Amino acid sequence: MADFPWLTALVVLPALGAVALWALPAGARRHSRTVALGVALAELVLLGAAVGAFDTADAGTHQLTETVPWIPAFGVSWALGVDGVGLALVAMSVVLVPLVVLAAWREQGAGDAPTDRLRHYLALVLLLEAFVVLVFAARDVFLFYVVFEAMLIPVYFMIGGFGGARRRYAAVKFLLYSLAGGLIMLIGVIGLYLQGPRGPEGFLVENLVGLEMDPTLERWLFVSFFVAFAIKAPMFPVHTWLPDAAEQAPAGTSALLVGVLDKVGTFGMLTLCLPLFPQASRWAAPVVIALAVVSVLYGALLAIGQRDLMRLVAYTSVSHFGFIVLGIFAFTSTSVAGSSFYMVNHGLSTGALFLLVGFLAARRGSQQVADFGGLQKVVPVLAGMFLVVGLSALSLPGLSTFVSEILVLVGSFARHPVAAVVATVGVVLAAVYVLWTYQRLFTGPVRPELAAMPEASARERWAVGPLIAAMLVLGFVPGPALDLVRPPAEQTLTQVGVEDPAPSQPVVMPASEEGGDR
Amino acid sequence: MSTFVAPDIAWGPLVPVLVVLLAAVAGVLVEAFVPERLRRTVQLTLSLAALAGALVAVAVLWGDVRRTGGTDVLAGSLVVDGPALVLQGTVALLALLSVLLVADRVTGDEDAFAPTAAAVPGSDYEELARRRGLRQTEVFPLVLFATGGMMIFPATADLLTLFIALEVLSLPLYLLSGLARRRRLLSQEASMKYFLLGAFTSAIMLFGIALLYGYSGSIRFSEIAAATATPGGTDDLLLVGAVLLLVGLLFKVGAVPFHQWTPDVYQGAPTPVTGFMAACTKVAAFGALLRVVYGMLPGMRWDLEVVLWTVAILTMVVGTVAALVQTDVKRLLAYSSIAHAGFVLTGVVALDDSGITAVLFYLLAYGATTLGAFGLVALVRERGTRDGTDEPAVLGEATRLSQWAGLGRTHPALAVTFTLFLLSFAGIPLTAGFTGKFAVFSAAVAGGAWPLALVGVLASVAAGFFYVRIIVLLFFTEPAGSPAGADGTAVGEPAGGERVDGADGADGGDAPVASGVGGATAAGAAPLAAATADATAGPGTATADATAGPGTATATATATGTTVERGTTTVVPGEGLTVVAVAVCALLTVVLGVAPQPVLDAIGSVAVLLP
Repeated sequence: MADFPWLTALVVLPALGAVALWALPAGARRHSRTVALGVALAELVLLGAAVGAFDTADAGTHQLTETVPWIPAFGVSWALGVDGVGLALVAMSVVLVPLVVLAAWREQGAGDAPTDRLRHYLALVLLLEAFVVLVFAARDVFLFYVVFEAMLIPVYFMIGGFGGARRRYAAVKFLLYSLAGGLIMLIGVIGLYLQGPRGPEGFLVENLVGLEMDPTLERWLFVSFFVAFAIKAPMFPVHTWLPDAAEQAPAGTSALLVGVLDKVGTFGMLTLCLPLFPQASRWAAPVVIALAVVSVLYGALLAIGQRDLMRLVAYTSVSHFGFIVLGIFAFTSTSVAGSSFYMVNHGLSTGALFLLVGFLAARRGSQQVADFGGLQKVVPVLAGMFLVVGLSALSLPGLSTFVSEILVLVGSFARHPVAAVVATVGVVLAAVYVLWTYQRLFTGPVRPELAAMPEASARERWAVGPLIAAMLVLGFVPGPALDLVRPPAEQTLTQVGVEDPAPSQPVVMPASEEGGDR
Repeated sequence: MSTFVAPDIAWGPLVPVLVVLLAAVAGVLVEAFVPERLRRTVQLTLSLAALAGALVAVAVLWGDVRRTGGTDVLAGSLVVDGPALVLQGTVALLALLSVLLVADRVTGDEDAFAPTAAAVPGSDYEELARRRGLRQTEVFPLVLFATGGMMIFPATADLLTLFIALEVLSLPLYLLSGLARRRRLLSQEASMKYFLLGAFTSAIMLFGIALLYGYSGSIRFSEIAAATATPGGTDDLLLVGAVLLLVGLLFKVGAVPFHQWTPDVYQGAPTPVTGFMAACTKVAAFGALLRVVYGMLPGMRWDLEVVLWTVAILTMVVGTVAALVQTDVKRLLAYSSIAHAGFVLTGVVALDDSGITAVLFYLLAYGATTLGAFGLVALVRERGTRDGTDEPAVLGEATRLSQWAGLGRTHPALAVTFTLFLLSFAGIPLTAGFTGKFAVFSAAVAGGAWPLALVGVLASVAAGFFYVRIIVLLFFTEPAGSPAGADGTAVGEPAGGERVDGADGADGGDAPVASGVGGATAAGAAPLAAATADATAGPGTATADATAGPGTATATATATGTTVERGTTTVVPGEGLTVVAVAVCALLTVVLGVAPQPVLDAIGSVAVLLP
């Protein structure tokens, strides 16, 4: 089974699922939810098998590789393969999708029977899953770019077709921002190819790493890639599409958009920007780190000021993405590994947060903070889940987010102490926005109009429960996950050409991954 | 005195062109001798057979050309080399699909062409002809003649043949533009504009040819190229001549600043003809441009680069910006075609070897997408009542963007297909448009013209906005009632009302603003009055669309005080010919986007211009 194209199978299965949903004969459409969930779960099983075929001891190299010529005239191959980071992100996405399907079970006008709208929505979710797996597994710059752009279309329809009142505005804003970033990157993609060996495999990442380039050109190419990724991530100051999109989109869309899709931005920085343009990355690092720190604080401050729950969560993500970018561009093996792990944890944490907010909004018919209050006594289970997930957003020890955040901060401190210290303020602000929100939503006297709010159903518990469990497990036993992300981090740093700064005092260990156990 | 020696003609390589031209001549004879009820069938069969035959002939010649690199025929007047064959094949294929559009009787038993073009619009005579069910089957030979010219155009090797091919392809198009069944005044205005500007440009081009002849003493591309290599004292002659010649070619491709005719003609011409023009003319004209720039003027590339760069940048920017404010689907597609001409120009200007393949591929991809889009436009119709009666009927094309609102809900297949074409125009990956754009931008960057590629990319972002706007309209907007019943006669709508149309779905539709004469003449007013009002309103409002922002409103019926027909937009299936053509175009758009390798290989293997 070593040669089985696991990754292609992981791409094809949800794509076929989407087609099947669209092609479902009218008589069978009442089963559309079941079909979608079945496909998502089958994908999960397939992922399990693929993980089994992955040699974790060798997580630094790309495994499960496949290389087939696609458009040799352009130098493009269907080249897939994942290293530890890629696998972790693929796994995170594949875990999230069935939960999103579950969360959407009664959305889009569906009660006991699914509507046609829901069927289209679920088909788009599955289509997006195929693209997401493909983008995390692409080893060909052109293939990556193609998916990076093509992905916009299902998301665009997921926001514009199924969201709130101002969904059209949000969808167009999202698309134009992304398109602008993507097309600028296109010039970079072409320029990079022309610098490389060209030929039928000229777009393979491994053929493009370590090129000798004119430094000025390298910087321009870096900028063209970085802008696209910064928009996607999103970083200050190109983040403004995210709050609108998250506010208007259905909760499941937001969970996928912020939890998974935006990781493509940081993933791109980590796996393309750094190895392809090492010198330029080092050159740009101070600016990027400054922007990252601004993102951390700015996102957190704006989150505190939000009245809309979805916007609030979106801004917390801007803050979290600041941490991720800070870790990537601090260039220490600890911080880069921390950022890689952060991407996974943030997907779990934010995904769960969006789903929970979606549940609350569906009950209340509003996502304004002011419309809630005193819910702790009415819906204790929902309140409990919200509290745990919220605490994961502020990186409480014992939850996986703490591990990654401390790694990022400790790792960054070794090279950029000031930035790390300032970013730490973001952690404090996180406590404000999470706890204050919890306070406004769940504590205080029970409001009469909310007294009859139904408690979390079994379906909703199943949608969020696995995410909380995953965060707890990864929080207490982060070792295996860190084994996955540490070798790729070290490899990336070798490619960038930096070494970990020597400790100023001969301490035993700078900061170990065991941090979560304390 | 030397005796006249008949040239030795190798007929073989000429077969693709000859088949089409002979079929056109035969088509004229069919008009004369075949009984009326059979004419359409015979003409359609003849046209399809001829174009399919041309495609087969291209395929047969392919192997030879691939091996030998091509030959020149007619004593060097024409060259049949790889690019020429590719372009001839592309033109023949797109023309074949266009013929399907042209032939389709979309509403009832009516096709897109006026029953008798000689009748005064709105006259009793015309109405009589309509009732008699007269039909103009002459359009088929006209299309074939134009196609023949288009197939010669990119294969020319001397300036006179170039000029003659230009005229052969243009004259039928001038006629065809004026033959629309509905909105005839708009159509005739389009035809007139196209003819006058086209004739003017032909003269300019001829002047350029004369100057080039004066400079080099030859009309052969190769000899002119040789002459440019040796510096002489009359460089001004060469420069002016080359620029004038380029003006003629750039006019045909619709490049800024020679684009003014495009929106009006694209809007006024019958939609199948618009599709034919947009796809095939552009292919042929870019083919000729490619040959002139690469074959004849490489010695002047430094002098011409400034001109071509300026034109390319202007074309991309103006085409995109003007498209942003359009409210009529056909005008929007017209401006988008201008922007696309700019993208192709970046590939031409690249003067890189990969540029030829890129341009050829782009033309095929763009042609297929455009033709499909116009095919769909022909199917979206207004529903209303026929002149003076309560008899419900399907009327003219619903080209106002506001009328397209919500089609995604009511006609998902059409909306999805149109979205595919729009995504291809916008250059979203996995569509033909992206592959083409990537190819030309790569060529531009490789040829050192990266600023052009950058402008192209920025223009693509802006262009994304208006393509997306249509998608929003199709899928995310409720179908808004739009005033359609005012169409009154089958003659057509006043041009004023048509052009000054700012309401799109987002604005909620139809505020009753009577814009001048346009509104006053609608809905059953005397046809003659409509005609005169139209004639005066037309030229005056020709530029209004560029400034009419959202908020100005449709001005059709309200001024007359009659009940406004809440006309609905509907999609008609036609006889299925259009659907077939659109399906082929959609298939091409997807295949060229997902698996372009075979086509790229095929084009790449022959993409060498014979000097």
